[in-house]
Amino acid sequence: MQTEALLRSPDIVVEPTLTVERLKAYYTTKAFGIDRDIRAVDDISLTVAKGEVYGVAGESSSGKTSLIKTIVGAIRPPLHVVGGTVRFNFGGQTYDIYDLKPDELQAIRWRHLSYIMQGSMNVLNPVRRIKHSFYDFAFPHMGLGRATFWDRVRDHLRKLDLDPGVLDSYPHQLSGGMRQRTTIALATVCTPEFIVADEPTTALDVIVQRDVLTMLRDIQRDLGSSFLFVTHDMSVHATVSDRVGIVYAGRLVEEADTPTLFRSARHPYTQHLVASLPKIGDTTRRASLSGRPPSLADPPPGCRFHPRCPLAMDVCSKEVPPLVSIAPRHRVACFAVTGAPS
Amino acid sequence: MSLLLDIDHVGKTFTQGGLLSRRSIEAVKDISLQIEAERPEILSVVGESGSGKSTLAAMVLGQQLPTRGRVLFDGVDVASIRSGADRRAFMAKVQPVLQNPFEAFNPLKRVDRYLFATAANFMAATGKPTRQEIEARVDRALVEVGLTLAEVRGRFPHELSGGQLQRTAIARALIPDPRLLVADEPVSMVDASLRMSIVNLFSSLRDRLGLSIIYITHDLATAYYISDRIIIMKKGEVVERGNAREVLDNPQHPYSIALKNAVLTPDFA
Ligand SMILES: Nc1ncnc2c1ncn2[C@@H]1O[C@H](COP(=O)(O)OP(=O)(O)OP(=O)(O)O)[C@@H](O)[C@H]1O
Ligand SMILES: Nc1ncnc2c1ncn2[C@@H]1O[C@H](COP(=O)(O)OP(=O)(O)OP(=O)(O)O)[C@@H](O)[C@H]1O
Ligand code: SF4
Ligand SMILES: [Mg+2]
Ligand SMILES: [Mg+2]
Repeated sequence: MQTEALLRSPDIVVEPTLTVERLKAYYTTKAFGIDRDIRAVDDISLTVAKGEVYGVAGESSSGKTSLIKTIVGAIRPPLHVVGGTVRFNFGGQTYDIYDLKPDELQAIRWRHLSYIMQGSMNVLNPVRRIKHSFYDFAFPHMGLGRATFWDRVRDHLRKLDLDPGVLDSYPHQLSGGMRQRTTIALATVCTPEFIVADEPTTALDVIVQRDVLTMLRDIQRDLGSSFLFVTHDMSVHATVSDRVGIVYAGRLVEEADTPTLFRSARHPYTQHLVASLPKIGDTTRRASLSGRPPSLADPPPGCRFHPRCPLAMDVCSKEVPPLVSIAPRHRVACFAVTGAPS
Repeated sequence: MSLLLDIDHVGKTFTQGGLLSRRSIEAVKDISLQIEAERPEILSVVGESGSGKSTLAAMVLGQQLPTRGRVLFDGVDVASIRSGADRRAFMAKVQPVLQNPFEAFNPLKRVDRYLFATAANFMAATGKPTRQEIEARVDRALVEVGLTLAEVRGRFPHELSGGQLQRTAIARALIPDPRLLVADEPVSMVDASLRMSIVNLFSSLRDRLGLSIIYITHDLATAYYISDRIIIMKKGEVVERGNAREVLDNPQHPYSIALKNAVLTPDFA
C-alpha cells in the first residue's frame, strides 16, 4: 500500500548504534516479608544499526516497557539490572550505559538520545503552560536564537497536526491525543540521533497517527537516526519498522526483517500474533490463545510459551530454547524450528 | 418510547491561552444523540484527535456541564443533579471506564480494597451491608467479566495482567448495576487479543445485562466488530452517523472515507 512505500526506508548501514547483551532486569517486591522477583527482562540480546527502525512487539505486560527503561537507563526501584550490558555508539565513541555517572547519562540523553515514555503526561509540567516545557527542555540544547527557536518549534508542531496555539495551553486543557503529540514534539524537536519511543501513537486517530509516523520516519531518514520503537500494534510495525523483535514473557522469541516476520514467521507465538489481527469488514470471531498470559513472578519452566503452545513437546517444559539464527537476520527461539537438543 | 439518554443540542466551549492569546475553543458544537431505554446498544464514537469525544463523554457523565443544550438521563437533566444523594444515585446508573487501567488503580493499594469500598459505598444507600453481602456483590461483578474474587483477592495492580486489570476496572463499574457505561478508549493500551476479549465482554454485557455502552475508540476494526451504531466526529461535530457496519462498509462523508483509508493494514501478500 501507499503508506508502506512512503514510510519504509531502503538502505541500512551496518555498524550497530545500540548493542544490548544478555540483559536481565527484575522488579523485586516484598510481599508478606518475602522478596519476589518479577523477571520482566530476562536475557535479551539485540542490536540496532545506524539508520534502522527496530520495532519491539509483544502482548500487554510482556516486558516491553521494562526493556526500554533498562536500555535507556531510566531505572528506578523496584526495577534493577541483574546482568548484561547496554552500549551505545555515537560518532565512534562508545558509551556503556551502566558505567556512566548520572550526570553523564543525563548529558547523553539530551545530546544523542531521546526517550518518549509510555503514557505521555509525565514530562509535561501540569501547572505550567506547554511553552515553558519547550523552553526548559529544548532551548538550551539547540543553539538557536529565541526567534528562530520558536519558529522551529511552531513548524515542528504543525508537522504533528497541532495548532501552535497549544504552546499557551496547560497540559490538562489538551485532549489525550494532543498531549501525546506534544510530548513527541518535545522529544524530537532537537532532532536526536537515537529515538526511543514507547507506544507513541496509541491515543491517536489513524490519520493523525499516519502523519506522526511519517514525521518520525522523516527525522529518522534525514538524519540517519536510529529508532527503537515499541508498540503492541502489529499494523504499525508493518508500516514503520525495518526489523521487529517479538517479546514473550520477558524474552525475545523471534526477530526478523518486517516482511519476513509477517510473511514467514516461524515461532508459534508470532504466527498467532500475525494471524489474529482484526480487520474492518470482518466480523468472524478471532481465535484467541488458549491459557493465560504467564506470570513473570513465576514463569513456566523451559520455553515460557509451552503451556499455550500447540506444538509443545516434552523438552519444551524442561529446557529453555536459545535464540538461534535460522537465516540471515532471522532469529528464532523454538525447539520445533531449530530441533530439540539431544 | 422512553429514552435512557437524550443528548439534546449540546455544546461546550472552553477558553484557553494567556491574557494576550486568549481564544475560545468549541470542543463540542450542537450534538444531538439518543439511546432508547428498551433497546440496549453499543454506540461507537470515533473521529479526529481533539474532536470533542472525551468532552462529550464528560458531559454524559456529569463531569463537565454543557455551555449549550442539555443532557437528559432517564428524563432528568444531568446539570440539575445537585444533592449528594441524587448525585450518587445518578453515578450508580452511569459509570465510566477509563483508558488506562494502571491509572485507575493506586499501585500501592490492593485491588480488592477498591472493589469492596465501591460496593460498600453503593450498598450503603439501602442500609449497612455485611461483609458477606459486600463480598458477594464484588464476586458477582467479577464473574460477569470472567474473573472471580478468588483470583483477585489480595493482589496489587501490577500483579494482574493489563487485561485482567482492565476487566477488574470494568467489574468495578458494574458493581452499582449501571444502565450505561461510558468507556473512553478502554482498549487503546492493550494488545489485539486482550482487545478482542474486552470488546467481546462488552457485547455480552449488552446482551445479558441489557447495558448500553458508549464506546469511544480509534480502533475502527473493533468498532465495526461490536457496535450497533456509530458516530464519526470532526472538529466538535458529528459528520456521519448510522448503523456501524453500513457506515464503515460504505462511508459517505469525505472525512469518514479518509479515516477508513488511513487504517494501517499489515498486508504483505
Ligand atoms: N513498578 C513495578 N513494580 C512491580 N512490577 C512491575 C512494575 N512495573 C511493571 N511491573 C511488572 O512487570 C511486567 C512487565 O511490565 P511492562 O510494563 O514492561 O509490560 P509491557 O510489555 O510494557 O506492557 P503494556 O503493553 O501493557 O505496556 C508486568 O508483569 C508488570 O506488572
Ligand atoms: N478542560 C479543558 N480546558 C480547555 N480546553 C479543553 C479542556 N478539555 C478539552 N479541551 C479542548 O477541547 C477540544 C476537544 O478535546 P477532547 O479531549 O474532547 O478531544 P478528543 O476527541 O477526546 O481527542 P483525543 O482523541 O485526542 O482524546 C480540544 O481542543 C481540547 O484542547
Ligand atoms: S519451544 Fe516448544 S513450546 Fe516453545 S514455542 Fe517452540 S514448540 Fe512451542
Ligand atoms: Mg508498556
Ligand atoms: Mg479523548
